[in-house]
Amino acid sequence: MTDVLMPALSPTMEEGTLAKWHVKVGDTVRSGDVIAEIETDKATMEVEAVDEGVITEILVPEGAEEVKVNTTIARLNGGAAQTKTEPAAAPEPAAAPTPAPVATPPAAVAPAAAPRDPELPAGATLSRVTVRDALRDAMAEEMRRDERVFLMGEEVAQYQGAYKVSRGLLEEFGERRVIDTPITEHGFAGLGVGAAMAGLKPIVEFMTWNFAMQAIDQIINSAAKTLYMSGGQIRCSVVFRGPNGAASRVGAQHSQDYSNWYAHVPGLKVVAPYDAADAKGLLKAAIRDPNPVVFLEHEMLYGTEFDVPADIDWVVPIGKAKIRREGSGVTITAHARMVGLALAAAEQLAAEGIDAEVVDLRTLRPLDHETIVQSVMKTNRLVSVEEGWGPMGVGAEVVARVIEHAFDYLDAPPVRVCQEDVPLPYAANLELLSLPSVDKIVAAARAVSYR
Amino acid sequence: MARARAAEKTKSTPAKPGHNADRDELLGYYRSMLLIRRFEERAGQLYGMGLIGGFCHLYIGQEAIAVGVQAVKESGDSVITGYRDHGHMLACGMDPNEVMAELTGRATGASKGKGGSMHMFSTASDFYGGHGIVGAQVSLGTGLAFANRYKSNGKVSFTYFGDGAANQGQVYESFNMAELWRLPVVYVIENNQYAMGTSIERSSAETDLYKRGLSFRIPGEEVDGMDVEAVRDAASRAAAHARSGKGPYILEMMTYRYRGHSMSDPAKYRTREEVDQVRKTRDPIEHLEHRLSELGFADEAALKAIDADVKRIVADAAEFARMSPEPDPAALYTDVYLEAAQ
Repeated sequence: MTDVLMPALSPTMEEGTLAKWHVKVGDTVRSGDVIAEIETDKATMEVEAVDEGVITEILVPEGAEEVKVNTTIARLNGGAAQTKTEPAAAPEPAAAPTPAPVATPPAAVAPAAAPRDPELPAGATLSRVTVRDALRDAMAEEMRRDERVFLMGEEVAQYQGAYKVSRGLLEEFGERRVIDTPITEHGFAGLGVGAAMAGLKPIVEFMTWNFAMQAIDQIINSAAKTLYMSGGQIRCSVVFRGPNGAASRVGAQHSQDYSNWYAHVPGLKVVAPYDAADAKGLLKAAIRDPNPVVFLEHEMLYGTEFDVPADIDWVVPIGKAKIRREGSGVTITAHARMVGLALAAAEQLAAEGIDAEVVDLRTLRPLDHETIVQSVMKTNRLVSVEEGWGPMGVGAEVVARVIEHAFDYLDAPPVRVCQEDVPLPYAANLELLSLPSVDKIVAAARAVSYR
Repeated sequence: MARARAAEKTKSTPAKPGHNADRDELLGYYRSMLLIRRFEERAGQLYGMGLIGGFCHLYIGQEAIAVGVQAVKESGDSVITGYRDHGHMLACGMDPNEVMAELTGRATGASKGKGGSMHMFSTASDFYGGHGIVGAQVSLGTGLAFANRYKSNGKVSFTYFGDGAANQGQVYESFNMAELWRLPVVYVIENNQYAMGTSIERSSAETDLYKRGLSFRIPGEEVDGMDVEAVRDAASRAAAHARSGKGPYILEMMTYRYRGHSMSDPAKYRTREEVDQVRKTRDPIEHLEHRLSELGFADEAALKAIDADVKRIVADAAEFARMSPEPDPAALYTDVYLEAAQ
């Protein structure tokens, strides 16, 4: 008897919908036959049999949603061929070897039942929207608003986006404005910048920012510097966007955080939102901005739902940090996915009597150091959190600004929480050890509080 | 080696003697080419005097290309090139004063003194730079063509690069997209035989650069880049192809630079005889002088008058560039960002 399990279709998939069964009980299947279709928020995939045999049980009905990865969805008895090869009198196996434990990441930090965000407009209806759809809605709204805006990148059109962020845009806007490019980051980034110099407003999607290293010359030398080098003549209103940082178990070349790389460069604006409202409002602001904007998303947040104002033109200004949680004992700065960890750490710290204030940087360039400095003047302690490496990083900059502007207010040396100073490893346990965690943030907050 | 090859190529693309160029047209080319030549000679002088800093790449020897292509450029067609850009700017009609003042780093320069020799632009003249990273302008110029197609405005992007840039990866990424999407771009390769100090034979497995688009189905042709009429005729064919929606076209302009790669070039990679041979036998300005007199369009006195006029313009530009103030210190912080209009 073979168990057919709910498969994981991507590194970050945890559950999916069993969209369709192609077989019924009693059917004989051969290896490679399509037996079912699985849907996630990102993709639809066919499940193939990996064994020969007869379907004896279907355990999860067609249409079932939120089926966890590795749930047994059907059973298969070994086919005739397989039976024949079995030893006539198989000895009872000795106790099966126990698989070694594999580290699992802590459950996603859900900002459930948070009080209504005071930044959200009072009258507006809120709806629960994933970060993925918030980004899509932002692009769609701006494309409706401004004919110069178009989207280009790998798999953005027919495939509907490698991470499904551009789902539905091809249907609405057509192939003139939603453009699949060849896999040529350097070339298409340059092409986008050239189109921007001619007055269009391209959104250039990188499948991940890791691949944008092939294009970084065009982003920095052409997009960021030309306004200055032309004495203000040549405009370059372009948004470069895509997922940044570590997804899950994809190894060092697909996991880097480029926040500090781009935030280093005058001429660029750099945005890294955490929740869906900011993702939408900041992307709309980025598209309208006359300057080149680097927009850093996070794959691990794409599927997370947050409140987003509905039915209004929701634009969040670039360059403003946001206090996500007020507190008086320690300031924790973070951006993108790290905000969720910082908020979870703050809850844990509250239980220990440490009242943390969480500052979501949101924009890395220009950095809103006034909000950070004001917070530290109140709390007198600082922990910075970033997903990337520490040396020359975002935390280094945050700490420097606080020292420059609020040195006398500090009651303890600031502490940086960041990725360990190694390429991100693949093994589940090592990956977890390398990345910032709630525990590391809690420990840092205790340290600056001398607790 | 480069010399022998250049000579052989020249024979293969004679100028079309039957072209009905009228007198004013040819005299206009002459004047433009001479302006570039005299301007560059003066820039070289100012560099020697310490008035121009940094890198300064002179266009002397290649004048026929920028001028011949300009002859077919329509208003709204864009021009973009690499760092050897002074000739293109003058051919596009930018004011010699503002170009020279940019070279000397003055507030009156084309980029307010913040760009320098390699980074000048003029939206009014459809000139998009002036780019210092070898090959980057090829993707950018392809993007200018993309914008033309997006706007359906019937305009063409003239995207220049050299034999050195022809080996950059993004050139081929751009070729692929340009043909795939039928973008109206004319790639003008100025093959002056040397990428800095490396001859094309030492850097390129395929030295016929006009063939470099073949695997993308982009047509290409080799042109005598020392003959302004040949350049103009080829550019006309290429622009018509691009403008009609057939996609990109490659022109390999066979040319030669008389001066070093930049001002600080020891020129150990070629002989003085090689340079002199080209100057004597293939000079684009002398070639046009012969044509003008052969057609009876201008006598020596007329040509001298043009030269005197051009010299005066250049002298004025040098004076303007020398006398203009340096940028105000406050300009250090302007033009980094545009105000967002929220």
